[in-house]
Amino acid sequence: MKEKPDVLQGTLALMVLKTLDVLGPQHGWGIARRIEQISGDLLALNQGTLYPLLLKLEHEGSIASEWGSSENNRRARFYRLTPAGRKQLQAETREWEQTAAIIARFFKLKAEDLS
Amino acid sequence: MKFLRRFFIRLSNLVTGHSADQRLQDEIAEHLAFQTEENLRSGMSRAEARRQAAIKLGPAQAIREGHHAEQSLPFFENLLFDLRYAVRMLLKSPGFSFIAIATMALGIGATTAIYSVIDATLLHPLPYPNPAELVRIQDDLSGVGAENVGISVPEWRDLESSGIFQSVSVSGTGADVNLTGSEQPERLSYKHVTPNYFAVLGVDAQLGRTFDPHDATPGFNLEAVISDELWRREFGADPHIVGKALRLDNDVYHVVGVMPRGFRDLGATDEERKTETWLAAGMAGLPFPPPLRGSRIQSRVMGRLKPGLSIAAAQGHLDALVESLKKQYPAEYPAQAAWTVRLSPLSESVVGSVRQSLIMLFSAVALVLLISCVNVANLLLARASVRGREVAVRQALGAQRTRLIRQFLTESLLLFLLGGIAGFAILFSTRKFLLALIPESLPHLSDISINWGVLVFALAVSVAAGTIFGLAPAWLMSRSDLIGTLRQEGRGSIGSLGRSRARQILVVSELALSLVLMVAAGLLLRSFWDLFKVQPGFNPDRVMAIQTWLPGPNDPSADIYRTATQEAVLVREILRRSRTLPGVEEASVGDVAALPLGHSQPNPLPLIREGIETMDNEAPVIDGPLVSPEYFHLLGMPLLRGRLFSDQDLEDTPQVAVINQSAARTYWPTQDPLGKRVRLRLDSREPSSSAKPAWTMIVGVIADARTESLADLAIPQIYRSVYQRPTKTLTIFLRGQLNPTTISAHVREQVQSIDPELPVFHAQTLDDVLSTSLSVRRFSMEMVALFAATALLLAGLGIYGTISYVVNEQRREIAIRLALGAQRNNILKMVLRRGLGLAAAGAGLGLAGALVVSHLMTGLLFGVSPTDLPTFAGVTLVLTTVALAASYIPALRAMRLDPVTTLHSD
Repeated sequence: MKEKPDVLQGTLALMVLKTLDVLGPQHGWGIARRIEQISGDLLALNQGTLYPLLLKLEHEGSIASEWGSSENNRRARFYRLTPAGRKQLQAETREWEQTAAIIARFFKLKAEDLS
Repeated sequence: MKFLRRFFIRLSNLVTGHSADQRLQDEIAEHLAFQTEENLRSGMSRAEARRQAAIKLGPAQAIREGHHAEQSLPFFENLLFDLRYAVRMLLKSPGFSFIAIATMALGIGATTAIYSVIDATLLHPLPYPNPAELVRIQDDLSGVGAENVGISVPEWRDLESSGIFQSVSVSGTGADVNLTGSEQPERLSYKHVTPNYFAVLGVDAQLGRTFDPHDATPGFNLEAVISDELWRREFGADPHIVGKALRLDNDVYHVVGVMPRGFRDLGATDEERKTETWLAAGMAGLPFPPPLRGSRIQSRVMGRLKPGLSIAAAQGHLDALVESLKKQYPAEYPAQAAWTVRLSPLSESVVGSVRQSLIMLFSAVALVLLISCVNVANLLLARASVRGREVAVRQALGAQRTRLIRQFLTESLLLFLLGGIAGFAILFSTRKFLLALIPESLPHLSDISINWGVLVFALAVSVAAGTIFGLAPAWLMSRSDLIGTLRQEGRGSIGSLGRSRARQILVVSELALSLVLMVAAGLLLRSFWDLFKVQPGFNPDRVMAIQTWLPGPNDPSADIYRTATQEAVLVREILRRSRTLPGVEEASVGDVAALPLGHSQPNPLPLIREGIETMDNEAPVIDGPLVSPEYFHLLGMPLLRGRLFSDQDLEDTPQVAVINQSAARTYWPTQDPLGKRVRLRLDSREPSSSAKPAWTMIVGVIADARTESLADLAIPQIYRSVYQRPTKTLTIFLRGQLNPTTISAHVREQVQSIDPELPVFHAQTLDDVLSTSLSVRRFSMEMVALFAATALLLAGLGIYGTISYVVNEQRREIAIRLALGAQRNNILKMVLRRGLGLAAAGAGLGLAGALVVSHLMTGLLFGVSPTDLPTFAGVTLVLTTVALAASYIPALRAMRLDPVTTLHSD
């Protein structure tokens, strides 16, 4: 069985922010499941690592949280994006796209292009 | 920004003890529940669903720990743990903690006390802005061996315009003046200063103004600036004081300003620093001599250097200026006089006199501190042997060595800090009592305070000492032999070789340091004793000196005591009436310079010998007291040759003088001084008309007396009769069965019945004067002796502790020896030999150190050589005795060891 790639350092935060941006307030398990679904089960995620990350993001002010109850009446903590978080998401999205574009150009590169 | 924010969140987590751990745990539990439910829905069994959920979540415990590490500051957290642990350890062995803390409190408290004195004197000698710019300017005529000859007004103007200084001021050395018009004529200390005096110091008045620095009045401009204290005392802090009249010596001055509270004048003596009135004068008009290059004014010259100019650079410019002036005025500055102008930091002149004593005191107290640190380090090492197992167990459980060192260091730092705080607290609560011990003659006594700076010093010393002296024990403690220690089961550890060697080194150094201190104390004690016992050359028994001050108005014609003839009438009447007072057997008068050891304003006169000196400029200077004929008999100073003054030597008869042996030796080394003629320049307060006074003939030689300093026998003196030369400072000497409490009132009554304007003050016995003159010496001697005793006590404790420890460690060995039939006496000797060995090593090292130290303090010794054999031998004997006595107790214990119980108990 082929190893699933680890989540790149720093990208998990971006995924969390994007998930909350698209889906609105979510509890932890919900976020974890969405990330898995969206990445198409290609990503190996120790779901536990998500929680320290959520706390850190909350400390940094990108997200906020409060206790609420889930669809099947379970008590759960719901996270939502703050305006600061939304700004951060936009900035980081731009950066990612730039980085991806640069990398993509390198991959397209052929020997004759440089001669 | 993000980093900072996270740091503060971490810090607040640490401080509030808040942790997100609980929330994390809750959320993880919730997560598992969600996942388990999901798994159940997909058809797993309950157990399998839980297992899969846990696998998917990952290692929950590791995540929690990782999160915790990220959320807090491990360094501080460990520190807190260590501190908590350290406090527990301290409480667990209160005896040890108490001794260690008390030892450090002693060391740090004593050091801090001396530091507070040094802080006020040596470190902050000048309470003026930019003190580094202030310099003292001194004129020397090194070619004729004359120092500090004063400055002339043209020279002062040259300095002012030289471009080296922002400003240069000239001032008198302070004198007394009578304030009349109030209830009792009062004597104030005043100082005449050039109008830029306060501008040079950089201090402004709190009320009104100081003098206009550009005022060009040649004589006194009749403006007065007064001190805050005088303003409050005499004028009830009158807010409208400016412009009011002040009658001083019958001249009317106007108050122009009041200096701020706490403003202190400069000066080498306490009296001068308590100056209460400043009068401005250009020093160029009456009553000063005309501003000629040759007429030097006895004065203090002080300058403020241009900003950024170093003293060395300024001295360079000044030397060039002096050279060009010498070329310009060859007649005034003959080459053989070698006129030079010297700059020195002003602070030097303020504290120079006590610097050596204070530095010695600080060194002594630093040694005490060192000894107490060594003692505590020794105690810590002793405890290491008890805690060997604890360390080994912790190491076995995986504690890193650095972690252990850190923990031990925290413990010792806590001990030292507590010691420092305790020392400071004791110092603070006893400061009033301690300040009373300091002699009044110490400069800046009133500035000594236990302030924040002193607290910071105490804490800094504690931390530094704790780190330095805690590190070695921590290092040695953490190096225990793991397996060896653990294998010894309950026996406690046989300390590592390194540890016991370290303890012996510590004890030896303690003994050596205390020997150094004891030698210093011994030498000082002998010096003091010799000084105390020295024959002063005059007899102070039953003699009282009482002072008065004659007014000297600026206009000579208004002065009723201008000439000696006028003054003689007063003097004779004072003497006549004094002799009628109860108990008085003899009476005499002199000027303030005639008061042995008690006068603080030497007013040296140039000595121009007929046929030898041709110019005033080249003359050596000599002290010239004025006395009445009875003075020598009253003080028991014997005449050696020639005659004394008589009542027939008057103003209009030939001027005569009596010199002491030392003057004869110095100035007429090969000739008979009798019949030689000299000229002594006039006092500056006299009109300059008689700039060339008549020759004075030397008619007698008296024996040397230690009238200037008990430590110095040979200071040349030339005495003249008060009936031939007027003086403004009169000291009345009385011998007899006097009642010190009433005599002052009696004399005042008599003097004021002659002239009600005369103040009478400062009655003191000559014995008191003598003992005051020794006060700084006595203070430093007592302090060093106290420190030495402390050091000896600590060293004794140190050697006791070490020998006890050695005995305790070797108790099995001793028990076996005893069981095999060793004599108990031999055991005693064995242990004592150990103590003697340590004492010998300490004494050897200490003697070497003491030799160095005693040579450094030669200047503080009197009548005893720095290698004084009795002192060195006595001190070594004392130290050895103490060391043996301290070893004797554990030795006895070793001797009485019961082999059976000892061997069984282990």
